[in-house]
Amino acid sequence: MSEQWLLRVEQLEKHFGPGCPVCRQLTGPTTGRSRCPRCGTVWACVDVNLQLHAGEVLGIVGESGSGKSTLLQMIYLALRPDSGHIWYRESDGQLRDLTTLNRYEARLFQNTHLGIVYQRPELGLNMRFSVGGNVAEKLLLAEWRHFGRIRVRTSELMNKTELLPERIDDEPTTFSGGMLQRVQIARALASHPTILLLDEVTSGLDVSVQARVLDLLRRIQWTDRITMLLVSHDLGVVRQLARRTIVMKNGHIVEAGLTDQILEDPQHPYTQLLVSSAL
Amino acid sequence: MTELTDQLYHFALLDEDAQREIRRKLLKAVAIPGHLVPFASRDMPIARGWGTGGLQITLSLITPEDTLKVIDQGDDESVNAVNLRRLITRTTGVATTTDTTAATIIQTRHRIPEEPMRADQILVLQVPMADPLRWVEPNIERATIMHSEADYGKMWVYMYESIVRAGDLRIASQYPVIVNRRYMMDTTPIPRWDVPKLHMAETLYLFGAGREKRIYAVPPYTAVEPLQFEDYPFRTEYRPGQRCARCGAENTFLTSHFVADAHGGRWETTCSDVSYCTKRCAATETTA
Repeated sequence: MSEQWLLRVEQLEKHFGPGCPVCRQLTGPTTGRSRCPRCGTVWACVDVNLQLHAGEVLGIVGESGSGKSTLLQMIYLALRPDSGHIWYRESDGQLRDLTTLNRYEARLFQNTHLGIVYQRPELGLNMRFSVGGNVAEKLLLAEWRHFGRIRVRTSELMNKTELLPERIDDEPTTFSGGMLQRVQIARALASHPTILLLDEVTSGLDVSVQARVLDLLRRIQWTDRITMLLVSHDLGVVRQLARRTIVMKNGHIVEAGLTDQILEDPQHPYTQLLVSSAL
Repeated sequence: MTELTDQLYHFALLDEDAQREIRRKLLKAVAIPGHLVPFASRDMPIARGWGTGGLQITLSLITPEDTLKVIDQGDDESVNAVNLRRLITRTTGVATTTDTTAATIIQTRHRIPEEPMRADQILVLQVPMADPLRWVEPNIERATIMHSEADYGKMWVYMYESIVRAGDLRIASQYPVIVNRRYMMDTTPIPRWDVPKLHMAETLYLFGAGREKRIYAVPPYTAVEPLQFEDYPFRTEYRPGQRCARCGAENTFLTSHFVADAHGGRWETTCSDVSYCTKRCAATETTA
């Protein structure tokens, strides 16, 4: 694995609300809250630094409201950070600061470099289009203009994600939860993204379906060497997929390191609590 | 026509401020081809949905030296065209014509005239629905963001699904196009037949939607590409073997009417552009 990073997040910050002079003292992991009791501002991400290496799977764990989804949304360029940088290394070695892109450039980058899978399929899929249409949208955005070839590629992607290609024209509402997650994965993979963002992909699925989706993700990671950022509150999921893990609490990163190390020997009290309660 | 002019009204009905505002929005529309520019659509003496958008554009551009042609469904004599023409001439006193080549401003609904238009002419279209994304995104705010990001994936999926469901691109009018390789534009109200006429045209095309309060434009020599697939290309509605029952033309957009006669009646196809058809009939009579 190359040790050169692909994506580097530097001092990323995002808050929702007006902010006040004492916000920073009254929020964060030591106080146990993200919302400032004086002005009501929520500090979703504060001073977040991380590096994502090409081909690795990085896990982000934390309880609800710890800022992990906000972080993912900012990396997906769907949410603009207040400050900080997101550096991306292009295939030619050039560095780009993704926070400086305008709307149009950001959407273009999103379409060509990023794929996302949400916990709730209705966020990632358009329920009024057919399953094939949802997968094809990514191809169409990547300037695919041959209907026959789009159909072939869509069927391939459905095969790859263990969906029946015969059901290409069915409505997403006729699919089960686990299948919809696989449709989302097929859609995310359609345009050959360099980074796949996974937001609680297996939450809400029953255990056997969860195992199948995780198996699929592991296989894709193995064959395509795709870089993944995996957000979950489930340590078991992170343990199966991610080599490195970051623990977030109240908008801050409290611990980072190899997944096994964090699970075997958690340093931060919060991580200790998390590990002891989950395993 | 001057004696018909109603002196109670300001020249071209709209006050100067209104005209200036619309002209400013027209300049913006021309500067950003295919982009929907919001404008303060005024109350007009005709109902919204009857061509108030096109009417306001015409009224803010017209000068006493202009020659006007108004068509509706390709016909100079249909109700909408007659009323709009009367309103414009009564408030401006400009000369009118039915001859496409003689007009300087042509206000139209549904059709672009068959005769090729020149650089010194302006075509004003009355638009019912301004935003092509309406089909896939009913929320205007979100559709505006999609335009700004050129996020047209949903519209392309709409085309894709049209082939899946119907086996072909089944869109009669309102065919979506990409203008100047950037903005997606609705070609309402013209039929597919007229869509290629927008591409690299000599003439300035202005689109006004009064009810939707939007103005957009295709300036001369602008690339206008219909949404299509390599294996399912855009096609105009051409029916080989059909010709105009009046002038015999084979290369025009045809409409069919029911003609009642002693045997009960029959369907007859004629040119949609009536003035062009009449012109061709007159030409064959003089040569014969």
